Amino acid sequence: MTVNDLLLNENFSAITLPEGDRDISDVYIGDLLSWVMGRAKADDAWITIMSNVNILAVASLADTACIILAEGVTVDEEIMTTAAQKGINILTTELSIFEAAVAINDML
Amino acid sequence: MSEALKFHFEVDGKDFTSAGHASVMVKKNLRQLGLPPEKIRQVSIAMYEGEINMVIHAGGGVADVSVTQDYVEIVLKDNGPGIKDIEQAMQEGFSTATENIRSLGFGAGMGLPNMKRYSDFMEIDSTVGVGTTITMRVNI
Ligand SMILES: Nc1ncnc2c1ncn2[C@@H]1O[C@H](COP(=O)(O)OP(=O)(O)OP(=O)(O)O)[C@@H](O)[C@H]1O
Ligand SMILES: [Mg+2]
Repeated sequence: MTVNDLLLNENFSAITLPEGDRDISDVYIGDLLSWVMGRAKADDAWITIMSNVNILAVASLADTACIILAEGVTVDEEIMTTAAQKGINILTTELSIFEAAVAINDML
Repeated sequence: MSEALKFHFEVDGKDFTSAGHASVMVKKNLRQLGLPPEKIRQVSIAMYEGEINMVIHAGGGVADVSVTQDYVEIVLKDNGPGIKDIEQAMQEGFSTATENIRSLGFGAGMGLPNMKRYSDFMEIDSTVGVGTTITMRVNI
C-alpha cells in the first residue's frame, strides 16, 4: 500500500504529500524521538502526537514512509513548508493512535 | 575513490529548529554517491544522534565526515561539559536532559545506544570540563 492508497480512507488527510507514491510496509508508534530513530524501520508509517519541527529530521533520516499525526494533532505552517521541501509526507487523523494503527493494519 | 571524500559542518548549539541539518546534508551526499540505502540509514541515524547530543548537551560543535572505499567515518567534536561516566551514559534510559528538552521528545536516553548499534566502530573520548569527541565508522 502506498501513502496515496491510505488516503483513500477518509479518516486520514494529507497535510503535506510530496511523495504520495511511497510504499508503507509496516507501522511504528512512538513519541520519544530516539526510540523512533532506533526502532522504526524504513518505509514504516510513523504514528505520533509529537508535532515539533524535530520530527522532520527523524522521519527523513529514519526514512519512514510518512508521519501520521493522531488525535487531530496538526503542525504549524513553517513545518509544513519545510516538510514539503524535504519530501516528507505528513498526514493527520482524528483517530486515536490505536485506532489509526488498526485502520492501517486493515489496509496493509 | 582513492582519496577520501570529506565534509565539514559547524553544528549550531542554540538553534533547535535546524538541529539535524548536518546529518540531512550527509544523507543527501551519500545518496548521490550511490551508497546502499541500508548503509545510508545507518550513517544517518548514528550521526543524527551524535549531532543532536552536541546541540542539547554540549552547546554545539563540529562534525567531520569522510567517505573512503571501505567505510564512512563520522567525527563529532565539542567543547561542552564532557561526560563524567561514559559507561553509565551508554546505558539505555540514562539521560540528564532537562524537562524542557524532554517535552520536545528528546531525553529517552537512547541516543548513545543507537549510535553504538548503528555503527560498526565507536569510540568516545571525553574529558569533564574540556569536551567530547566521538568517532564512529560504518563499514561499506
Ligand atoms: N556530547 C555530549 N556532551 C556531554 N554530555 C553528553 C554528550 N552526549 C551525551 N551526553 C550525556 O550522555 C547522556 C546519554 O546520552 P543519550 O544520547 O544516550 O541520551 P539523551 O541525549 O539524554 O536522550 P535521547 O538521545 O534519547 O534523546 C546524556 O543525557 C548526557 O548526559
Ligand atoms: Mg541523545
